[in-house]
Amino acid sequence: MNALDLARWQFAITTVYHFIFVPITIGSGFLVAGLQTAWYRTNKEKYLRATKFFGKLFLINFAIGVVTGIVQEFQFGMNWSSYSRFVGDIFGAPLAMEGLLAFFLESTFLGLWIFGWDRLSKKMHLATIWIASIGTLLSAYFILAANAFMQHPVGYEFNPDTGRAELKSIVAVLTQKTAVSAFFHTIPSAFLTAGALFAGVAGWMVLKGRDPEAARPVMKTGLIVIVVSFLLVGITGDWSARIMTEQQPMKMAAAEALYETKANAPFSLFTLGTLDGSKAVFQIGIPSVLSFMSTGDFNGTVEGINDLQKSYEEKYGVGDYTPNIPIAYWSFRLMIGFGGLATLFALMTLWYMRKGGLPRSKFYLRSMIALPFLPILANSFGWIFTESARQPWVVFGLFKTADGVSPGVSAGSVLFTMVTFTLLYGVLAVIEFGLMVRTIKVGTDMKPVQSDESKTLTMAY
Amino acid sequence: MSLNSVWFILIAVLWIGYFVLEGFDFGVGILLKVVAKNQAERRAVLTTLGPLWDGNEVWLLVAGGATFAAFPEWYATLFSGFYLPLFLILISLIVRGVAFEYRSKYGKAKWRNSWDNAIVIASFIPALLWGVAFANIVRGVPLEESATGAIEYAGGFFNLLNPYALLGGLTTLSLFVTHGAFFLALKTEGDIRTRSNAIGIKMGLVTAVLAVSFLGWTLAALTSKTSVVTGSLIVVVSWLAALAANYKGREGWAFLFSAITTAFVVITLFFGLYPNVMPNITAGGPGLDIFNASSTQYTLKVMTVVAAVMTPLVLLYQGWTYWVFRKRIHPNQIANPESGVLDSIHA
Repeated sequence: MNALDLARWQFAITTVYHFIFVPITIGSGFLVAGLQTAWYRTNKEKYLRATKFFGKLFLINFAIGVVTGIVQEFQFGMNWSSYSRFVGDIFGAPLAMEGLLAFFLESTFLGLWIFGWDRLSKKMHLATIWIASIGTLLSAYFILAANAFMQHPVGYEFNPDTGRAELKSIVAVLTQKTAVSAFFHTIPSAFLTAGALFAGVAGWMVLKGRDPEAARPVMKTGLIVIVVSFLLVGITGDWSARIMTEQQPMKMAAAEALYETKANAPFSLFTLGTLDGSKAVFQIGIPSVLSFMSTGDFNGTVEGINDLQKSYEEKYGVGDYTPNIPIAYWSFRLMIGFGGLATLFALMTLWYMRKGGLPRSKFYLRSMIALPFLPILANSFGWIFTESARQPWVVFGLFKTADGVSPGVSAGSVLFTMVTFTLLYGVLAVIEFGLMVRTIKVGTDMKPVQSDESKTLTMAY
Repeated sequence: MSLNSVWFILIAVLWIGYFVLEGFDFGVGILLKVVAKNQAERRAVLTTLGPLWDGNEVWLLVAGGATFAAFPEWYATLFSGFYLPLFLILISLIVRGVAFEYRSKYGKAKWRNSWDNAIVIASFIPALLWGVAFANIVRGVPLEESATGAIEYAGGFFNLLNPYALLGGLTTLSLFVTHGAFFLALKTEGDIRTRSNAIGIKMGLVTAVLAVSFLGWTLAALTSKTSVVTGSLIVVVSWLAALAANYKGREGWAFLFSAITTAFVVITLFFGLYPNVMPNITAGGPGLDIFNASSTQYTLKVMTVVAAVMTPLVLLYQGWTYWVFRKRIHPNQIANPESGVLDSIHA
């Protein structure tokens, strides 16, 4: 492998890993804020117990999300210096804005929340978790706007003298529909993920009889959050698909492994075969659905890979403009599939819970533990799809991934850092998982809240 | 003043914020096992950083992001050129942040000791390497122009480990340790406070020697601009004030003056650098300055507006956090210091 391949692997590993924790953090922040608001409004201690317990799970995740985020900010310069030079005039701005508007807000107010239980008024303390959560939304917006520029560059001009892309309109970069749709697709996904974590954990507690008074409302809320979020994810996913077809038709064609341009194009649920354009061994397809997803019309024509490859060669010169089809095809399905599975499970459980009932089987106890992993997988596959199916471009139609790598960094250096990051991230994953499991087993703290007579700190490291 | 100069100043401000704030975090981390002898003390020390360290670290992220936005060529050349030191810093920051959050979850001695060692080492490495990196930037590094017109770093890892840069590294290391000691003396009560005061005196003198040699070397060999002379003098005077205040037990003043000293170390280095951002060590060779490394005027204008609105706000609410957590922490305020929240399953 050369430095380019290794740098791509490093980016994939560090980014997918980072994004395991990001959606959990975004969604959990709001859900914990909701629980604390319930406590603030009703003064019922079960909500305080739930706030503190889920707050712990939230913070264990947040820690890893933060520290792995630092790598994200730096690796553009480290491994992708030519990319950084080419787009820096445009791409750096949303990154810097993210830091100034969002990171400071999140980190400062989260610090106030964690350590401020006995230092702030109840109302002010509640405000800090809301403000920190709003910070995570801002952060998501800016980084998605930066990513949207890579999917669909706008508001720029290419300067032939410097060989760089130059920013002409920051408003265009920040408000293009590619960014807006990505934001409204990603945020409900984050809520779905957090809903699954909360419902899974609380469900396990309820079924095990651990503090069901506090866990039961969380279980129900989590399940409802999953269902509502999935609806929103579906609506914005549909919108995103149409935008994608318009802006990156190759990506849509790759998602279906559609080689020949077709009207009434079907959407296949499943294919046995090689996906190389030869006849599939076995395939379940739903007629016209791909046409509808892409164009909003069941009779619409969807361009196929072969035609697109030809037209790109005319436009951009000889080269391979086809992304890795099996990855695109399967990641797209796994994204939808895992999200859908979580939602089906949530609906089924809600059905059991109507009129105050509970699912009783052992199957449920086990499934509850698995529930949080479904949306995490869906999120990962979603990003693997959208980034890998944009290849060979790093900025679509403008700049190729192969041209973006740092020329001065040797393959050995990239390999060394990649291996080290991967090992460290692996170790951290094991520790993190162990802490999560242990925290769940320890459960909520049933001791009555201390009176203020003791001088000990409510929160200490 | 050109927007390029404004952004040079703003980048300096971000690094000042970073080194003044995370500088004491590093110092506290390095001193963890020296000033805190038992679990109550260890946890008291870490709790002084608890609500602050993450916000402090954001100054680095913003310095990185702002350099990307305002001086993309600097960002690209610096980060790809100083590859391994930056990587070591990143690894350290990852381990350190997680260690703070996780070390007291269990009471087991082995668990806590491992994380404490991690905190010490992962605070030591960046405290040293940031000085090495900045000294190299000021000194100049081998650079060459590539076929595409980019100015790329042309040295290796060991070019960065020259005596001047290493002296710079030792200077920041020692400065941050002292800064951390002054912070602990201000924020704790009991034995930690006494020990920190004593360490502040000793390390303060070491820092004085290192800083004078480093700045003297800078003036003698690299630049003798009036601004650099003035900056160096302010560093020396404010450091003496910090030492005197510490000696007199005026902890607030000692910390304030060590913060001012840290700020003026950064200012002096940026004075030495201006108008370059990454000079070539070979005179006349291609180098990066605030003009050939910068974004377009439009981008600088946009970012100026954002920075002008946001920076004061950030200072305001971050300052408020420091106010909220202004009280000293005594080890006896830590409830059940030996045990962790995950020790026993009581359901």
